[in-house]
Amino acid sequence: MADHWTAKLDTYLDGELSANDMRELDSHLRSCPSCAADVLSRLQIKRAVHSAAKRYSPSPEFRQRVRNSIAAKPRRSPLFMWLGATAAVALLLIVGVVTISVRQQQLQRQQTLSELADLHVATLASANPVDVISTDRHTVKPWFQGKIPFTFNLPELQNSEFTLVGGRVTYLGQAPGAELIYQIRKHQISVFIFQDRDVGHDLGSSSQSQKELSFNIESWQQDGLRYFVIGDASSKDIRNLADILKKAL
Amino acid sequence: MEVAEERLTAATFEELAMPLFDQLYNFAHWLAQDRTEAEDLVQETYAKALKGFSSFQAGTNFRAWMYRILRNTFLTSRTGLKAGATMPLDSEDGLEVSAGPETPESILIEHSQHRLLQTAIESLPVHFREVLLLCEVEEMSYQEIADALSIPMGTVMSRLSRARKALRESLQHKLVRT
Repeated sequence: MADHWTAKLDTYLDGELSANDMRELDSHLRSCPSCAADVLSRLQIKRAVHSAAKRYSPSPEFRQRVRNSIAAKPRRSPLFMWLGATAAVALLLIVGVVTISVRQQQLQRQQTLSELADLHVATLASANPVDVISTDRHTVKPWFQGKIPFTFNLPELQNSEFTLVGGRVTYLGQAPGAELIYQIRKHQISVFIFQDRDVGHDLGSSSQSQKELSFNIESWQQDGLRYFVIGDASSKDIRNLADILKKAL
Repeated sequence: MEVAEERLTAATFEELAMPLFDQLYNFAHWLAQDRTEAEDLVQETYAKALKGFSSFQAGTNFRAWMYRILRNTFLTSRTGLKAGATMPLDSEDGLEVSAGPETPESILIEHSQHRLLQTAIESLPVHFREVLLLCEVEEMSYQEIADALSIPMGTVMSRLSRARKALRESLQHKLVRT
């Protein structure tokens, strides 16, 4: 009987006996001193092993090393990466849009200047280049009254090489404007005046001088008006006329 | 230790695995019998566990899972392969003998001869040592031990029984000599 139970003593102490076996063994131990002593000594060795086998401890350095090796790496979160990618795409788009916009502005300006050059040439080629023929600015300026939706000042040309030939109404991109013809030596120069809001949006507010089809052009904006001086005279003459016009304003 | 969370992250792994560090190291040292090798074992166990953490099934026993990785790592190590080569087949136990009133255990406890007990555990074959340690030190249930060692529960019980018998015999032998 005792042998039958001896095989189960360790399982009993491990708490792995079935409930029935546990009850039976409990009552057996109360009546069998040999088994009771045996179970006590097994319990003692169980406890001794438990304590003696807790023997080795890792060093703090080693613990830290392992902890570091498994620590969640500071990675960029998916959201951060997504934002980064979005920012990059946005930047590319902005650069693209700005580039396209600048390019479009350049094209627009080029187109405006080309049209002005065409108008200038067409005027000179015309049998009647001007509709009001006068060297007197006090005649020319009033002539435009009611013909264009703005007014402008013309300079006094005494003490200069320039002479006023006359003027006509002209159109640029369906916007009405004034075209004045000046002469210096044998060169005829057109001065175009438009409302800045009609033509100036691609030209900037600062003074610009450039060439278009070998014509020299000066352009500036003042008091809501956009001025162009264009002709085959030297760039210096064109600039001088531009300066005279600016002072008249 | 059961994990209920569905989402298992590296942070979760650290929270679960670091509290087991001391006991895993102790177990590794008992298996390898060498500090450097034990450290390598533990380090590799944590690396493998972290890597395979996504395959760990939430709700199952994390502790048993960690021990299984550690033990498998040990079995493929040089020391483990050597120990495995000498592992006997699991056979039916012989008859349990009564410890008797003049038991080595009682003398042992009286004298607190820890060192003697430790030497006796050291001298056990690895497959006895590991099952004894998981039961007595880690206080795992038979089922947990079966999970950790990837062996059937019946094998856990028979190995445990034989391990205890071997330990007692070893102690008796050492006490006779002292």
